[in-house]
Amino acid sequence: MKDKFFPALIAGIVTFVLAFPLLGLSIVADGLTLGLEGADTKTLGYIALASLAVFFFQLWKSNIVAVAKSIPLPKKAYSSPAARSQSQRDKREKLFTLIVVALALVWPFFASRGNVDLATLVLIYVMLGLGLNIVVGLAGLLDLGYVAFYAVGAYSYALLYQYFGLSFWVCLPLAGLFAAIFGFILGFPVLRLRGDYLAIVTLGFGEIIRILLNNWTHLTGGPNGIGSIPKPSLFGLEFGRRAKEEGNVPFHEFFSIDYNSGYKVIFLYLLALLLVLFTIFVIRRLMRMPVGRAWEALREDEIACRSLGLNRTIIKLSAFTIGASFAGFAGAFFSARQGFISPESFTFIESAIILAIVVLGGMGSQLGIILAAVAMTVLPELAREFQEYRMLMFGLMMVLMMIWRPQGLLPMKRRHMELTNG
Amino acid sequence: MAESMLKVRDLSMRFGGLLAVNGVSLDVEEREIISVIGPNGAGKTTVFNCISGFYTPTGGNINYKGQEIHALADYKISRLGMVRTFQHVRLFSQMTVIENLLVAQHRHVNTNLLSGLFKTPSYRKKEQKSIDRAVYWLKKVNLLEFANRDAGNLAYGQQRRLEIARCMVTEPGLLMLDEPAAGLNPKETKELDELIVSLKEDYNVSILLIEHDMNLVMGISDRIYVINQGQPLASGTPDEIRANPDVIKAYLGEV
Ligand SMILES: Nc1ncnc2c1ncn2[C@@H]1O[C@H](COP(=O)(O)OP(=O)(O)OP(=O)(O)O)[C@@H](O)[C@H]1O
Ligand SMILES: [Mg+2]
Repeated sequence: MKDKFFPALIAGIVTFVLAFPLLGLSIVADGLTLGLEGADTKTLGYIALASLAVFFFQLWKSNIVAVAKSIPLPKKAYSSPAARSQSQRDKREKLFTLIVVALALVWPFFASRGNVDLATLVLIYVMLGLGLNIVVGLAGLLDLGYVAFYAVGAYSYALLYQYFGLSFWVCLPLAGLFAAIFGFILGFPVLRLRGDYLAIVTLGFGEIIRILLNNWTHLTGGPNGIGSIPKPSLFGLEFGRRAKEEGNVPFHEFFSIDYNSGYKVIFLYLLALLLVLFTIFVIRRLMRMPVGRAWEALREDEIACRSLGLNRTIIKLSAFTIGASFAGFAGAFFSARQGFISPESFTFIESAIILAIVVLGGMGSQLGIILAAVAMTVLPELAREFQEYRMLMFGLMMVLMMIWRPQGLLPMKRRHMELTNG
Repeated sequence: MAESMLKVRDLSMRFGGLLAVNGVSLDVEEREIISVIGPNGAGKTTVFNCISGFYTPTGGNINYKGQEIHALADYKISRLGMVRTFQHVRLFSQMTVIENLLVAQHRHVNTNLLSGLFKTPSYRKKEQKSIDRAVYWLKKVNLLEFANRDAGNLAYGQQRRLEIARCMVTEPGLLMLDEPAAGLNPKETKELDELIVSLKEDYNVSILLIEHDMNLVMGISDRIYVINQGQPLASGTPDEIRANPDVIKAYLGEV
């Protein structure tokens, strides 16, 4: 106990020393000069409380950690521990997936508009998380600039619409393609780097794209962004009150029902759901294809891969490129949903959130990533008054995860290829 | 005389101040089992690393089937038909046994993304073919019943055999084994012995072998090269090596 007392005391004091000037003092304008003003006693009380909390946490850390570790979590969330054959598991998984998809399809018609809108945002993050998961979770390449590809996708649609009047449906594949090309161009030189260096270069790339968008004013509108990007249409039916494009008909007129802006929200949600399902499908296929196996093999033992004639640069590049293309799709959808984009939306924080989703979800597992995306998007919305402390909460969550469950919520239980006799 | 399959001339490898390999030459003909022996730290593994392209040798040259390979990237060398195992087993331990063999056939399968996404007939056919080849080799090394198990969960001897099978599915011309018998029990060593001979007899593979187990080496080798402290010490048939006073001195001097 005694050997823990002093470190704990120091931690408490450090908390106080850090927190007091940051939270306990505020700068006030006093005529022309600036003055310092102490905060009210309530804030000071909180600071003292926080210091005490840190002190006691440090003092009893080992006990707390032990308790946290003893909280049981289902080891395999969706397969019972009994050794079932792959086909049995497949059946259950299929049933489970069908139910979830059916629920997700029906749900928006009963939910509130705000919730459906939020769910659409969640789906965008699911897609981004799944895409980044290819790069980080499957191929083991730490990419801190994933948002760059998201931005490329978003601006592809916005610019192609603005300059050439192309529709969303034409731009969606193009956005994926452009993002993939960017991924390829970036990946080619940097994938020779290992671990930390790769992380730094991708981080830099993310910033470069943002700064470029910010400063290339006559093309991208700079910080003012690009506005009035049209929403996607459904086979030429638009969801606005009046059709924006020649020859298009508003949805409500076509079916001769009353105009309701809720239709648009539901349509966007369903579209996002469709994109997510497409993403999940493609990635699941990829994981079972030779390229997916090669990603995993490369992550496990690069030297063995080389000794077997696998070209690691090409394999890494394929992960990087494919991952980027999903960010491109997500980006195009994002700009269609927002109707307005600016470089503001593509800061490093976004990359960090997406990465957090992948790590939290348990690198590599798709279900885990979906859950993590829900958690990371919905929780901050629920606790709006804590908005400013969002990053703090992320940090806390990450630390807790590292203690409690370093392998993520649902660690990857990869679908292994199995040999069936006959 | 016809050209050797593998011809190493005057190979040297320097790590800073340490000359780990100095002037080693060796030849491997078609369908031959050649052993490289020497005391610990003699530079045997380093020779392998140079031949397989993991190191770029600082001197000498290496020729495989008439092609100079000492400057070639490692994965390109293995594509020429020279594959190796490692002194410390390197399996993809979290992948299943059969997946280990499928990864090794990466070059032979259809890697076209679209055909895989749509599961075209030609894709399925190639996938099935590589599964068949994997099954064949699993049978050969007695691991078929473990096909769906994670490679990391196999017993040590089984992991060794899987590593050899993983090389064989690439259909190599030359197989390089780095201490394959290390850690095996006598029964497993005997099976390994038979396996190696069969690879040569039935599959026309040449084998370059590093091994400390002298019974194994003397029993199966066509020729033996002895390396001591990076230098070539002797070479010849097992009988010649056994009778060579330098070799005896190098080995006994060790003890
Ligand atoms: N990458 C490297 N960098 C520096 N020194 C190395 C490197 N690889 C090997 N060496 C040195 O080269 C010498 C030969 O090593 P090597 O592994 O080839 O020996 P070996 O004959 O395989 O021995 P063993 O029978 O123990 O496997 C050793 O002194 C080793 O320390
Ligand atoms: Mg060695």
